[in-house]
Amino acid sequence: METPEALRDRLLARFPGASIELVPNGSPSAQVSFRIGPAALREVACFLRDDAELALDQCSNVTGLDVPDREVVETVKESQPGAPGGPPVVTERKQTRLQPGHLEVVYHLYSVARRQGPVILRARTGNRTDAVTLPSLTPVWRSCEFQEREVFDLFGVVFEGHPDLRRILMWDAFVGHPMRKDYVEPDDYEWEPTPHGDVLAKARRHYPSAAAPGAVQPSP
Amino acid sequence: MMLPDPAATGLARVRKIEGDALGLRTPAFAPTEGAGDLLEVSLGPHHPSTHGVFRMDVVLDGERIVRLKPVFGYLHRNHEKLGEATSYLGSMPYTDRLDYLNSMTNNWAYALAVEKLAGIPVTERAEYVRVVLAELSRLLNHTCLAGFLMQDCGCSGTPLMYAFREREKILDLFESLSGSRMMCNVQRFGGCRVDPSAEWLAATRRLVDGYGAFLDEFEALLSGNEIVMARTQGVGRLPAALAVNAGITGPMLRASGVGHDLRKVDGYGVYPRFNFRVPIGRDGDVYDRYMVRMLEMRESIAILDQALRDLPGGPILDPKAKQRGLRPKAGEAYGRIEGPKGEIGFFLVSDGTGNPTRYRVRAPSFVNLTVLEDLCLGHTVADAVIILGSIDIVLGEVDR
Amino acid sequence: MLGKGLLQGLAVTAKNLVGSYHDPARYVTQEYPEVPPKLPEAYRNFPFLVSETADDPMGTLRCVACQICEKECPPQCIYIEKSKDKKPDATGKPQIYPAVFAIDTAVCMSCQICVEVCPFDAIKMDQEFAIAATDRFGGLLLNREQLAKPNAYYHQIHPTEAAEVDARLAAERRAAEEKARLAAAAKAAPKAAAPASAAMSPTRTAPAPTAAVPPPAPPPSSP
Ligand code: SF4
Ligand code: SF4
Repeated sequence: METPEALRDRLLARFPGASIELVPNGSPSAQVSFRIGPAALREVACFLRDDAELALDQCSNVTGLDVPDREVVETVKESQPGAPGGPPVVTERKQTRLQPGHLEVVYHLYSVARRQGPVILRARTGNRTDAVTLPSLTPVWRSCEFQEREVFDLFGVVFEGHPDLRRILMWDAFVGHPMRKDYVEPDDYEWEPTPHGDVLAKARRHYPSAAAPGAVQPSP
Repeated sequence: MMLPDPAATGLARVRKIEGDALGLRTPAFAPTEGAGDLLEVSLGPHHPSTHGVFRMDVVLDGERIVRLKPVFGYLHRNHEKLGEATSYLGSMPYTDRLDYLNSMTNNWAYALAVEKLAGIPVTERAEYVRVVLAELSRLLNHTCLAGFLMQDCGCSGTPLMYAFREREKILDLFESLSGSRMMCNVQRFGGCRVDPSAEWLAATRRLVDGYGAFLDEFEALLSGNEIVMARTQGVGRLPAALAVNAGITGPMLRASGVGHDLRKVDGYGVYPRFNFRVPIGRDGDVYDRYMVRMLEMRESIAILDQALRDLPGGPILDPKAKQRGLRPKAGEAYGRIEGPKGEIGFFLVSDGTGNPTRYRVRAPSFVNLTVLEDLCLGHTVADAVIILGSIDIVLGEVDR
Repeated sequence: MLGKGLLQGLAVTAKNLVGSYHDPARYVTQEYPEVPPKLPEAYRNFPFLVSETADDPMGTLRCVACQICEKECPPQCIYIEKSKDKKPDATGKPQIYPAVFAIDTAVCMSCQICVEVCPFDAIKMDQEFAIAATDRFGGLLLNREQLAKPNAYYHQIHPTEAAEVDARLAAERRAAEEKARLAAAAKAAPKAAAPASAAMSPTRTAPAPTAAVPPPAPPPSSP
């Protein structure tokens, strides 16, 4: 199979104007991936599937990633002209910036016909709240059907063009997306009396009688 | 066999997802006008034929299925979230509980993914032991499956009991090696937790030597049985192109005539050193799925034979290989192996801390269910039961 | 011939039926409560704490409350509170001990991770499986008194493993003693070379910390 760089160049030549970048991977697995702009995602996917050389006829794994908003602290250097003739005065200033989060969907593609792969595609949503729509790849690979439903269910990515986008593991009336990093589980689950403080505190709130002190029997 | 024309059943096209993305038509699920006498039945969730807590929402036109929606998640415990809250080592025993029949291969797939992620070499002896355990697990899984499938077909008891008798012997081996029959928790990063003793290997050798005779007996009972053939041939056909496109893997894909086996394709571990064939089916029906598994067991015996013969000495686990407090460099890895049910893969993303930021399980049973509706359309409810049986699902893995 | 497969199948079942009456290899039933099952040595279910002796289990727990197992236990079912004071352990070295050590066996999944990570061989897997209880907390949330079992019991259920552990611990103790002795000797050496008046100095401390270390523990008595 061609190198990722060559493939990227080929894709860029084929889809001029599409946003296609190579995402490096710091792990020894060296599985690099391609981040594709949502606008071109489905065309690129079709191309990868139908290209005779790649023949990526199977999308093995589809999954989501949640990258929450986070604060990044940056050091900004500012130089001001110092005393005449002397070097400029450089002041460093720390500033925090809110890096907006996003959701990402990752597709692992393999070729059964040519026994090669993986080629990894990633697509990002605009943010984690209202711009969470991505094109569905179910029309390209049927294997995405349930897996995209799962990403929808657990991460909240909305797949446009999915034939049957419903929750799959959680029940329909469930609110929220449990795989998101900021998901807070409701604290009224069946009380597990592990003696760890937070569970016990939670239990006390909900089952004052059951979680009476002494549920843990400390040794005398 | 021909499926009835969907138009003739009084329904709109039930499910038609053309491979062509750009000319996409959204399939309609609602019955069209005039389809008055359709019956909606909920099969499951508590039904022995569903192999766990699993439900099929079936719409029937007379005896024929015109729509089928699998409903699952009853066993959902957000395994993946647990994996993100647990250290790399701590997730290992949880993987036992995915496909609880095959903890050995689950462990291996997870260990392989972590080894890829962190670049951990595996000791030679451990590679062989992994093959031995994985092939024993495959024998166990396929034997059980054949028993379950026959139970679903209506041959109540006998084949299942024969299968369980053999399974018990393998479970005894697992128990004496790992301490637990099903939750083995054997693999570690870079090797195995336990080193099989000479007695254990001798017992395994005895089992492997006797397994062929059991398979002969089992096949004499079933493979040529006219009732089994009438019941399973031509039922639930899966065309090869759909199978590949729908991500079907494992014996189910091979039954459709696609010779795709990760032991050959990826050649992970030491599989390239063994001599074995990959059985494939022709029609992709329930009978082929049964038969492919039978033939695969024969190949597993051949692999076990060679692995036990060539098993090298040496350490089983490099004592320097880090288990506790493993912190792989930031990056990601997808590792997959050929589990008895298909491709079981783990996708791990590390941010350099002790827990993965993303821990994803690619469960073969889950993906293989994608085509359940396609296989069942036009068949009867009794056929749906054996089609589901031939897919070989375990709900611990489907629901995660 | 239609029906050949059926007849062949019937022959198989007939053979199995007959075989199950006079082939001992096919007798599968075990009269469980009367005949206890023979468990393999590796069998594990829930952890217990190893104490050196049976008569003073709380005084001789090997656990030093390092809390590694608590941190590593995947379902977080171990709960430890360190002691404020120190008690001498088996080698006489003062050690912290667990004032509270509880395992919720209703949550424990018998994974053996705690055993693997414990650097002191203080926690091992038990084989007691008849543990049904009617009280969720009193019966299944075990405290350290309920968890403690003597080393002799460990030898009884996991003989091979226990022998290895004992050999290793003995070797470690010997090595520690040797090191202490060498250190003491090294400390004493320059002093010996020093003028005699120094040796008479009133500030001179007791010669060796080794004195506090008793000889290696005697081999555990079998129950
Ligand atoms: S066996 Fe596993 S679950 Fe049980 S206490 Fe030990 S580490 Fe925790
Ligand atoms: S049992 Fe072992 S790991 Fe756990 S606190 Fe005690 S000494 Fe530490």
